[in-house]
Amino acid sequence: MSVPGSVLVVGASAAGLGTVESLRRKGYSGRLTVLGAEIHPPYDRPPLSKQVLSGAWQPERTPLRPQEALAVLDAEFLLGDAAVALDAGARSVRTASGRVLGADAVVVATGLRPRTLPGQEELRGVRVLRTLDDAVALRGAVAQASRIVVVGDGVLGAEIAATARQSGPAVTLVGPQPAPMSGQLGPGPAVLLAELHAEHGVRLVSGTAVAGLASHQGRVTGVRLPGGATLPADLVVVAIGSVPATDWLAGSGLEVADGVVCDAYCRAAPGIFAVGDVARWYHRTLGTSLRLENRTNAIEQPAAVASVLLGEDRPYTPVPYFWTDQFGAKLQVYGTPAPDDEVTVVEGSERDRRFVAVSSRAGRATAVLGWNMPKQARLHRQALIDDGAHRPVSGR
Amino acid sequence: MKITVDEERCCGAGQCVLIAPEVFDQREEDGIVVLLDAAPAEEQHGAVRESAGVCPAAAIQVSEAP
Repeated sequence: MSVPGSVLVVGASAAGLGTVESLRRKGYSGRLTVLGAEIHPPYDRPPLSKQVLSGAWQPERTPLRPQEALAVLDAEFLLGDAAVALDAGARSVRTASGRVLGADAVVVATGLRPRTLPGQEELRGVRVLRTLDDAVALRGAVAQASRIVVVGDGVLGAEIAATARQSGPAVTLVGPQPAPMSGQLGPGPAVLLAELHAEHGVRLVSGTAVAGLASHQGRVTGVRLPGGATLPADLVVVAIGSVPATDWLAGSGLEVADGVVCDAYCRAAPGIFAVGDVARWYHRTLGTSLRLENRTNAIEQPAAVASVLLGEDRPYTPVPYFWTDQFGAKLQVYGTPAPDDEVTVVEGSERDRRFVAVSSRAGRATAVLGWNMPKQARLHRQALIDDGAHRPVSGR
Repeated sequence: MKITVDEERCCGAGQCVLIAPEVFDQREEDGIVVLLDAAPAEEQHGAVRESAGVCPAAAIQVSEAP
């Protein structure tokens, strides 16, 4: 494929910005357009559940780049206008305001939408956290709340519970796993995380799905459990995962199956690519199709696609990585631990809550977890590449 | 080229150290970025720009002014 004369990026968050920055950094001089559904210039999402929710950062601190840095990219940012349809053959995108944008190549970076519980939209006192506006609204709601229930025990739910608890109200974290983030950390470290939450006064209701929301006169009053009990709440935060934002691709001709289905080069169709949370691509080293919802993927995948657009033969084969900060503990995870992996502490000690643990299966490293040892964890990351056995994560 | 880092934004991912180990390091105790060379030689500039671009916390600022 020859280098496209113009590239349209649909989505103006980290992965969208990463696409245009990578292209310019690699010397691309064609026309660049970035379409974003939100009115905000590209902003940083990981702080939303931490610094923004706690109030430590004002929203003005969240943009990923100062205005001058965006200006020198020489890309046209069309913000506050969502894509509503793609014609993959013509490589043209129609927007909510009626624009029709065409380009030689289109990069889909529309991210995720939060999953919701049945009926939650009609109730006051129930919130999700995905966007900056969500975070600011949630911060206000937390300040007014006396009893918060967070539904969902993944990374986002655990972070929201930790941050909200530090603001004062009673917090309950409910979810289906044996301990918060069991799937992301492995069972052993997840128990340590549960202890950390319990020490700080978070009530954990683990191994429990939820049956629904309880309400009175249009306002939530709690979360119903399958056995009939209700966890009372005046604020419920729903963090039960997300779905790829692909509604607008209906009828486009692209294959969508829990994400935009792509080949090893993140190509969905001739001249159409997908990057970030929304992209399901074929990871050649792992030999499987994969979708990653993490911050580093939203940078590394656009860089790989930029190379492909400029003619390089570069399949995308990252080592999955995420971090989380809760109650002052800094956790870093490379690869993906499985429940039955053998776990060996290679530095520090769990008792001191400062350690690096390597997970392995059949003698090959599958994941590296750092607990308050970010640098040391990174130094062990190489073991995953040497062993070539980092296991994929699915949906999350 | 002049580099500044925002320690308060830094999340300790260490991506910058993987890309430009002569310019960036991490503190032993908490993984926060350590700037080894705020005005690196020209052969480092490409790696530094990439480090700033891929930093998952947007904690590295590069000023290209001479």
